[in-house]
Amino acid sequence: MAAGRTPSMPGARRWLQRNLPKIVLSPTVAASLVFVYGFIAWTTLLSFTRSKTIPNFDLVGFLQYVRVWEHPRWQVAIHNLFAFGTLYIGLCLAIGLLLAILLDQRIRLEGALRAVYLYPMALSFIVTGTAWKWMLNPGLGLEKLVQGWGWTGFTFDWIVNEDMAIYTVVIAGVWQASGFVMAMFLAGLRGIDDEILKAASMDGASAPRIYLRIVLPMLRPIFVSAVVILAHLAIKSYELVVALTGGGPGYATELPSTFMYVHTFTRNELGMGAASAVMMLLTVAAIMVPYLYSEMRSAHRPAH
Amino acid sequence: MRKTVIAAVLAAAFGAGGSALAADKSVEVVHWWTSGGEAAALKVLKDDMEKKGYAWKDSPVAGGGGDQARTVLRARVAAGNPPDAMQMLGFIIQDYAEEGLLGDLTPVASKEGWDKVVPQPIQRFSKYNGRWVAAPVNIHRTNWIWANKKIFDQLKLAPPKTFAELVAMSDKIRKAGYIPLAHGGQPWQEATIFDSAVLSAGGPAFYRKAMIELDESALGSKTMEQAFGQMQKLRGMVDPNFPNRDWNLATAMVINGKAAMQIMGDWAKGEFLKAGKKPGVDFLCFQYPATEGSFTFNTDQFAMFKVGKEQEQGQLALASAIMDKSFQEAFNLAKGSIPARIDVSDAKFDACGKKSMADLKVAMKNNSMLGSFAHGHAVRESVKGAMIDVVTKAFNSGIPPAEATRQLVAAVKAAK
Amino acid sequence: MASAAWESPQMVKGRGSRLSRAVIYGLLGFFAFVYLLPLVVMLLTSFKPLAEIYAGNMVALPRQWTVEPWVKAWEEVCVGLLCRGIKGYFWISVKMTFFAVLISTAVGAVNGYVLTKWRFRGANLLFGFLLFGCFIPFQIVLIPMAAVLGKMGLASSTTGLVLVHVVYGLAFTTLYFRNYYAVFPDELIKAAMIDGARFWSIFFRILLPNSGPIIAVTVIWQFTNIWNDFLFGASFSTGESAPMTVALNNVVNTSTGEREYNVHMAAAMIAALPTLMVYVFGGRYFLRGLMAGSVKG
Repeated sequence: MAAGRTPSMPGARRWLQRNLPKIVLSPTVAASLVFVYGFIAWTTLLSFTRSKTIPNFDLVGFLQYVRVWEHPRWQVAIHNLFAFGTLYIGLCLAIGLLLAILLDQRIRLEGALRAVYLYPMALSFIVTGTAWKWMLNPGLGLEKLVQGWGWTGFTFDWIVNEDMAIYTVVIAGVWQASGFVMAMFLAGLRGIDDEILKAASMDGASAPRIYLRIVLPMLRPIFVSAVVILAHLAIKSYELVVALTGGGPGYATELPSTFMYVHTFTRNELGMGAASAVMMLLTVAAIMVPYLYSEMRSAHRPAH
Repeated sequence: MRKTVIAAVLAAAFGAGGSALAADKSVEVVHWWTSGGEAAALKVLKDDMEKKGYAWKDSPVAGGGGDQARTVLRARVAAGNPPDAMQMLGFIIQDYAEEGLLGDLTPVASKEGWDKVVPQPIQRFSKYNGRWVAAPVNIHRTNWIWANKKIFDQLKLAPPKTFAELVAMSDKIRKAGYIPLAHGGQPWQEATIFDSAVLSAGGPAFYRKAMIELDESALGSKTMEQAFGQMQKLRGMVDPNFPNRDWNLATAMVINGKAAMQIMGDWAKGEFLKAGKKPGVDFLCFQYPATEGSFTFNTDQFAMFKVGKEQEQGQLALASAIMDKSFQEAFNLAKGSIPARIDVSDAKFDACGKKSMADLKVAMKNNSMLGSFAHGHAVRESVKGAMIDVVTKAFNSGIPPAEATRQLVAAVKAAK
Repeated sequence: MASAAWESPQMVKGRGSRLSRAVIYGLLGFFAFVYLLPLVVMLLTSFKPLAEIYAGNMVALPRQWTVEPWVKAWEEVCVGLLCRGIKGYFWISVKMTFFAVLISTAVGAVNGYVLTKWRFRGANLLFGFLLFGCFIPFQIVLIPMAAVLGKMGLASSTTGLVLVHVVYGLAFTTLYFRNYYAVFPDELIKAAMIDGARFWSIFFRILLPNSGPIIAVTVIWQFTNIWNDFLFGASFSTGESAPMTVALNNVVNTSTGEREYNVHMAAAMIAALPTLMVYVFGGRYFLRGLMAGSVKG
C-alpha cells in the first residue's frame, strides 16, 4: 500500500506525513543498530585481539579462533551441541506434532490437556533445571522411586554419567519446549482448509496417507518457524545446563554457550570468549538466513 | 533570645543528625556466602558495621563458588558502578588492581599496623604496588582431611601417614559398609584435592616449582604422574552419586556417619561446628598424608573499589572492622578458618584451629606456606582454569596418569 | 479463514473405531502424566516437612501436610544475609516486567503496522535486519550493554533493566505483529483512508481493536521471557533491587548442610506462579493468536 495521499496539506506537514512511518520506525532501527549490530561488531573486533582481562586492541589475527578450536572443552561443546541440538529440535518437532495431531481429533478436555502440555514453557530455566536435577538424582528421585516400588535393578543414573549426562539436558529441554511447538502445529492444523481433506478422503485415501501427503506439506512454514525458535532456544540454553548439571560431570555437558560464558567472565580470556561467541553467532546466522529468505519471499505472496 | 537558643539547639541536634543522614552511611558488599555457616559468619561483620553506624547493603549472588558473582561484578565495573566491596580471592584482586579499579586502604593500614601482623604470602595478594587494596578476613588451609571419629574408632583406624596407608584404610572402611571418601563432583573440589595430591607426591619445593612457577619440567615430571595416580586411587574411594554435589552436602555425609572422610579446606569445619559437633569427640582433623608441615592457604579478602568520596569513609570503616582483632576472632570461630592476623590469641579456638595457627607459624618460617592452586592463589585465572579442566577430566574419566600429565603441560602452554 | 477443527479423516470416514480412540486417549494420557510429573513432585515436596522428603520417595503424598515452607519462602527465607523471604523481589519483578512488556509490545505493534501497511522501499530488508535481534545470546551483549547503561547513568536501576528488556524484546514483538498485520485485510484500511483517516487514526481505530489475539501472544511471550530472565537481572541490579530470579537463585543455591528442598520448591513455585497463570488462562487466546496468521511463514 502506498503512502497516504494528502493533496491539500502544507509542505512541512506533508513531508511529516510522508515520512512518519520511517520516523516511527527509527528508534527501533537505531536500537538495533547500536545494541545488536554494534555489539556484535565490538565482539568480533575483540575476537581478533589478545584481550585477556580487559579489552586491549593488539590485533593477532585468528589466534583466538585457533586457541578455541584446540581447546578440549570446545571439542566437547561442539559435539554436545550437535547431539543435544538435533535431539532437542527433532524430539520437540516429533512430539509437538504428535500431540497436536492427537489433540486435533475432537478430544474432550482439549483445553485442559493443552494447558498441561503448554505450561512447562512458562517455567524459567532455573526452575526447570532444579526440578529435573532433583528428579534425576539417583539417590532421591526417579531411581529411588522405582526401586522403592520393587524393581530394585532399575538404574537411571544418566545425570552422573559422563557419556549420558547431556541426554538429561535433552530430556529437560524437550519437556519444556515441546508444548509450545505443539501449540504452533495445532494452530496450523486448525488453519487447514476442510475441503481439501474432505476431497482427499472421499477419493479413498487412508488417514496416514492424508497426513503424510497433504497435511504435513501444508505445515511446512510452521516447521520452519518451529526450527528457528527451537534453534534459538538450543543455542541460548546456558541457564538450563548450569541449573541441571553445572556443566558436569567434569565438563561433559559443556555447550558453546557455557564455554563462552566461562572464558569471558570467569577465566579472564575475553579474546577466546569473543571468538567462541562469534562462532555461535555464525551458527545462528546459518539457520537464520534461510528463514529470513523465506520471510521475505512470503511478503510477495498474496495475503488471504 | 530564647527562640534563637532553641533554634540553635535544634539545629545542633538535627543538623548533626541531618548531615550524617545526608552522607547515607552505607556500605554495599557483593559476596557469595549464602550457605548457613558462611552467612552466619558474615553476619558478624554486618552487625559490627551497624554498630559503627553504617547500614550494610547486601548484594549476594550465589552459585558456582563465586562465578556468577564475578560475572555480575564485570558488568557493574563495565557500567562504572562497582560495589563498595567485593569478596575476592588471590590473583583476581591483582587483576582488578592492575586495571586501576581498586581503592587505597593505606591510610587505615598504616594507622593500624597491618604490615606487621599479616603474613607476607597473604600481603602479596592484598597489596598492589605497595598499596593495600583489600582486607583479608581469614586464612583457610586446604590440605585437611575431616573424619568421622565414630567410624575411625569402630574400625580402629588412625590418621594415615602415607598415601598407601590411606588406600589400605579405605578398603577396610568400604568393607564395613561406609563410603570411604565423601566428595562433591565440582571442578573446584577436585582441584582442592589436587592441591594435596601434588603436595603429597612432591613436597613443598616441588609444589612451588610446578604449581606456582609453572616450570615445564616439573609439570611434566614423574612426580606429577604420581599426583595423578593418587587422584585415580581417590576416585575409587567415592560413591557413584558424587557429580555436581555441593561441598557441604558431602560434609554432611561425614557428619551423619555415612562416609568416613572428606578432603576439604577448613571451611568444612564450620559445618561440623554448626551441627554441634566437637573436634576430637565427634570428628577428627588431620593433614592429608605426607603434607604435614606444609600449609596450602587460601584467603578470603574484601577488595575495595574506587568509589566516590562519600563512600570512601564507609570502605575504610569496613576495612578497619575486618581487621579488628575481636572481629577476626569471632568471624573465624564461626567459619572454621583462622585469623589473617597472627597476633590474635588462639585461646578460644578448638583443637583443629589451634593446630592450624601453630602450623602456620612453622610453615612461615620454613617457607612452606604456599598459595592454593585450586583457589586462585598460585596462578592466574586463565591458567588455573585450563589446568583445572585437565584435573577434573582426569578425575571423572579415569585418564591414565602419564596422559593426564601430558595434557597438563599442553594446557598450561596454551593458556599462558 | 479456515473454520475451526477440521474433520480428521477418521471422523470423515465415519470410522472413529473404539480402538483408535483408546489409543489416542492412551497416548495423550501418558504424555500428560510425563508433563505433569515434575510439577506434581514440586508441589508435593513443597508441602512436606524436611524429614519426610529424605525418608520417603518423591511422589508420596505428604503424611503431614504443612504450609510452613510456603510461608518461609515468602517471608523468612534468607537471601544472603537478609532473611525477609522473596516477597520484596517478587514485587520488583512485577513492576519491571509490567513496564517492559507494555513498552515493547506497544512499540512492536506500531513497527508491525508500519512495516506492513506503509511499505516503502527496503521495508522487507529492514525487517530482516531487525529480525536478527531475536537470536543474539544475551551473554554476548552483557558487557557492552553494561558500559552503555553506565554512561547513561542507568546502571543498577530498574529503569535500566526495563530499557534492556525493551530493546531486546523489540525484535520478537515486531515479528509477531508484522506477521499478523500482513494478513490483515487491506480493504478496511483503504476504506478508512477514503474517509480521511490518517496514520495514527488507522492504527488506533482499525488495527488495534482487532489485534486481541496477537496482543495476547506477544504479551505472553514477552512476559515469560522477561519474568524468567536471570542474566540481565543479576548483572544490572544490586542487592535489594534485584528481580525475583536472582533471589530465587540465591535461595536455591543455599544449603545449610541439608538442602531445604521444601522451601526451595515453594520458592520456585511462587516464582513460577505469574507465568503459569498467564499461560493457563491465556492459553486460549494464545492459540487464537497463533492461528490468526502469526506463525504461517
